[in-house]
Amino acid sequence: MWIELRGVSHEYGGRRNLVDVSLRLEKGDIGCLVGPSGAGKTSVLRCVAGFEDVCGGEILANDRVLSRPGLTVAPEHRQFGMVFQDYALLPHLNVLDNVRFGLHALARSARRSRALEVIEMVGLGDVLQSYPRELSGGQQQRVALARALAPRPRLLLLDEPFSNLDVELRQHLSAEVREILKHLGITALMVTHDQAEAFAVADRVGVLRDGRIEQWDAPYNLYHSPASRFVAEFIGQGVFVAGQMTELGRVRLELGEMDGELNREFPAGTDVDVLLRPDDIVHDHDSTLRAEVCGKSFRGSDILYSLCLPSGDHVLAAVPSHHNLQVGEHIGIRLQAEHVVVFPRPRED
Amino acid sequence: MRNVKLMLVGLLLTIMSGCGAPDAELVVYSARNEPLIKPMFDRFTEETGIKVVFVTDKAEVLMQRLQAEDSNTPADVLLTVDAGNLWWATQNDLLQPLESAVLTENIPEYLRDPEDRWFGLSVRARTIVYSPERADARMLSSYEGLADPMWRGRLCLRTSKKVYNQSLVAMLIAEHGEAKTEQIVKGWVANLAADVFANDTAVIEAIAAGQCDVGIVNTYYFGRLERDNPALPVKIFWANQGSGGVHVNVSGGGVVRDSRHVENATRLLEWLSAGEAQSMFASSNLEFPANPAIAADPAVAAWGQFEASRLSLARAGELQSAAVRLMDRAGYR
Amino acid sequence: MRIEQTVSARDAPGLRHTTHHRVFWLLVAILIATPVSIVLLQIGSAALAPRSDAWAHLAEFVLPRVIGNTVWLVIGVTLSAAALGTVLAWLTAVCEFPGRRFLAWALLLPLAIPGYVLAFVLVGMLEYSGPVQTLGREIFGPDLAIPAIRSRGGVILVLTLCLYPYVYLIARNAFQTQGMRALEIGQSMGLSIRSGFFRIALPLARPWIAGGALLVAMETLADFGTVSVFNYDTFTTAIYQAWFGLFSLESAMQLASILVLFVFVIVVLEQRLRARADFAATGSQGTGLGRLRLGRKSAFAATGFGFLVLALGFVIPFCQLIVWTFGSGSEFDARFFGYVWQTLVVASLGALLTTVVAVCLAYAVRNRGGPARWLARWATLGYALPGTVLAVGVFAPIVTLNNTVQELLVRAIGPGAPQILLQSTLVAMLLAYLIRFLAVAHSPVESNLLRITRSLDENSRILGVSGWQMLRRVHLPILRGGVLAAFTLTFVDIMKEMPITLMTRPFGWETLAVRVFEMTSEGEWARASAPAVAIVLVGLIPVITLTRGSSRVD
Repeated sequence: MWIELRGVSHEYGGRRNLVDVSLRLEKGDIGCLVGPSGAGKTSVLRCVAGFEDVCGGEILANDRVLSRPGLTVAPEHRQFGMVFQDYALLPHLNVLDNVRFGLHALARSARRSRALEVIEMVGLGDVLQSYPRELSGGQQQRVALARALAPRPRLLLLDEPFSNLDVELRQHLSAEVREILKHLGITALMVTHDQAEAFAVADRVGVLRDGRIEQWDAPYNLYHSPASRFVAEFIGQGVFVAGQMTELGRVRLELGEMDGELNREFPAGTDVDVLLRPDDIVHDHDSTLRAEVCGKSFRGSDILYSLCLPSGDHVLAAVPSHHNLQVGEHIGIRLQAEHVVVFPRPRED
Repeated sequence: MRNVKLMLVGLLLTIMSGCGAPDAELVVYSARNEPLIKPMFDRFTEETGIKVVFVTDKAEVLMQRLQAEDSNTPADVLLTVDAGNLWWATQNDLLQPLESAVLTENIPEYLRDPEDRWFGLSVRARTIVYSPERADARMLSSYEGLADPMWRGRLCLRTSKKVYNQSLVAMLIAEHGEAKTEQIVKGWVANLAADVFANDTAVIEAIAAGQCDVGIVNTYYFGRLERDNPALPVKIFWANQGSGGVHVNVSGGGVVRDSRHVENATRLLEWLSAGEAQSMFASSNLEFPANPAIAADPAVAAWGQFEASRLSLARAGELQSAAVRLMDRAGYR
Repeated sequence: MRIEQTVSARDAPGLRHTTHHRVFWLLVAILIATPVSIVLLQIGSAALAPRSDAWAHLAEFVLPRVIGNTVWLVIGVTLSAAALGTVLAWLTAVCEFPGRRFLAWALLLPLAIPGYVLAFVLVGMLEYSGPVQTLGREIFGPDLAIPAIRSRGGVILVLTLCLYPYVYLIARNAFQTQGMRALEIGQSMGLSIRSGFFRIALPLARPWIAGGALLVAMETLADFGTVSVFNYDTFTTAIYQAWFGLFSLESAMQLASILVLFVFVIVVLEQRLRARADFAATGSQGTGLGRLRLGRKSAFAATGFGFLVLALGFVIPFCQLIVWTFGSGSEFDARFFGYVWQTLVVASLGALLTTVVAVCLAYAVRNRGGPARWLARWATLGYALPGTVLAVGVFAPIVTLNNTVQELLVRAIGPGAPQILLQSTLVAMLLAYLIRFLAVAHSPVESNLLRITRSLDENSRILGVSGWQMLRRVHLPILRGGVLAAFTLTFVDIMKEMPITLMTRPFGWETLAVRVFEMTSEGEWARASAPAVAIVLVGLIPVITLTRGSSRVD
């Protein structure tokens, strides 16, 4: 099933917290919403689920209207599944019964086998009879997932599903969830505040800010051609440095000229800000361009160095971790960017 | 599903039961309790064929109920204790005057309403009890006498909130006026050996246990304790002999203003005022018959003859509110 | 322009209008608050009558003492019942010590003993003429000085023993839900068990405890039977004095409306206290594993304390009742089973109705908030009114209605029209119980409802389980403890209730409480013991059901 939001607006307590939100998920795609807290991610999810009424625009699924101002298809009629941040497991039911909870559409005899099938799929076959309070956080999360998947929902909604888990479990589970969803071919929309998670799971990612969608795109595009300065800063790491457009349509920086693909065109001589990602700068022993190490953070396979340029600007560089330099040392660097992200410099007045 | 429906119907029937006037020839609102009146009514039905139904409650509530129900009341007869209550019922026009030669003949004038709207059916005496071991009967004389400083720390009383004490003080007011009565009540309060008690039985038990030496109680409470424990070290003293007489009160009844069965109602009161019924009515609670022609229960008669106050009980009812205020002022709780 | 309205896609089935249900729940709350409003209006309108000289008298001689007494009593009883109930709840819910399993349910038993019975028994035993002091004098001589039981301390003690189960029941529910988790959080933050209790477990359970304490305060204000055994003058006794002694129902109603205002202030304070924190989060499951094992000394103290409370609040008065029952030859005839049956019918119907309405009310508050919250507070005020005053307040409007209907009937059919008596039907009786005991049922349900988080509801709906199905499959199982508690408390309260039962019972309808009244009205306490024992025994039924229901959590 595909789902589409067309110019959706939503008010909460008299305040408009979603403005003109549009996005479309094709069947089998996994979408992900990221953004700072309070940006309205969860509101989008709740509007899609039918818990909130929209005050503008419409939500469509397979050409049918689910929500428009004044009218909302009740959540119970949408045949969606949802995984809640707090899992919302029923404390008085064991794992099997929790999963069986939403299977009322099936014949009685089919319920158990379907539940067992899903429980097996999420790897909880050995705790069937346990109650939620006896399970670990990760297990509870899996029960919630199994329960949401059991009735074969047309769309799965996930509200920060991994936020209560530790980092390692989170990475592991998010990969597993993607695998399961892809395997089942289920369309899904997830909210998270962790972009690594978003990138790991999603086919399409939306960045929300103050109730507006800044960009709805594939993760690759989001990273390499952000639609706004906000998206550029919010997604991935990187810093802006000053530059200027040359006659040849390139960007000239303190570090030299960049010849990658530009995200947009500017007339020559325009003052611009250029986004430099840590992977745009590589270590080059032979380079004449040298910068001082001002800070470092060890990340395992590489070290993220914060480098001070002679002009006083800072840039980030990810360098393989066998090049272990101390703060204060100098390092030879070179620009190497396939994609160049440029924005007009805001006027200082 | 069918079971559920059946249950619901059954439930509804249960709930609606009792809707509509009771199918009876006589409805009594009684402040006298069921064990006392039920046997009487059974007997009455047996003898006359008139079916009686009744509810019991506090007198004040029953009268409030009559007032609210107004002309739609199912009640025919109001039975209650204490002249104060009966007086209030007449004041609020809840009862109707009866012209019954039987009743006027059986019940002495001072035990009924001047306009014959209520009739006393049994008499209860409120008098002094004392410990013969620690108090000399010769020192006892009257209610007024208990205010004497010689009883300092030796007197036990029941709370002034009980209507019996209110009637007693009302009678004192009728006799002595408010100023003197207030002095008497203050004297009592000064003489108290312990905080006032919640009931008469506790007063008698306190005297028996030695906490105090004298008290004022209704005789039937004494009678009950005496029945359970013949060796009770407490004795009755008839107060105010030769100076007004023992304070008596009544339990009694009248016919409700809007009664639909006046004839039957009158018949019940008449039946209660004479013969065996009158004797039963009085002795079942160890009280004195209101009809002077009927002999008291032997246990009651054993306490001896006494002179009763002839003050009209209607007057005591009238003064009850004044009595309550007076006791509040005097610090008698 | 029609074209603009055309939607490119078809509307999906199940499209609904969205604003109705808020209005619906507000209407529910208004409907529930209506009966009590009529009663309060009845009382309030009487209060508007000009101040009589009876009022002047009361104001000068009665009120000054009575107000002080009442304030002391309410504060004393509420605080000590809250403390006692909380401590016992904590011990039995979280700790482990010998006798815990037994005490866990046995400590509810004092609930079944009417306050005036406990008062009468304890006063009878501990008074000068009672067996304890008599024995003391025989051993130690006549000058033995024992503090008088009939004192402020004595009343507070007795009422505390009677009323702590309200707090105990509700707080225990809360502690059970928290389980050991609160303590574990505390320990992870480096707090000792003691400060873990005071700084985490107790604050988390606060809305529950406050709910119970509010019931205690209201019941204390309304109490007449217990304080009159002690001859302790309170606002309630002043109301009765105005009515019965001064024959001024107006003054009584005026006093009653002051009482209602006073209670409303307490209720609002409690509400504000509660509103400061959002407790919905405390609802999620505790570990439910393991208990705090007490050391030898503490375990001994806990066992001893539990049994002491049980002895004072239940065993001693119950034994005394038993002794009286056999000593006085009270009748256990065939009619007795009739009383028991009628009591059961009345109490179960009343408790059922009250609990169902309390659940509706709690949902109205949950789904509507704001105005519904205030209406709920308003609707539960009936609990603080002295029974007889409330009985009259309920009775009068019903009679007015009845008489109006009767008049119409006579006009329609003529003088031969059948006489109807709405006031003596079970309907009137149940309505009156509802008005009086809604608070008792509402409190446990409301605090339990906090456990059902929004996501539980939403999860259920998105899985296609909504409406009644959601109520049955999600809410009722989670609310079970609270609903059972509500039913039990109401059931037992109705069984003990006298004034309303007396005034609104159908002709010939006798319950155990009516029997108790019949005997005690003439001071025949011993003969009242048989029905009193029966009240306790019948009261055991829901108490045991309740403990069996909640023991599954253990």
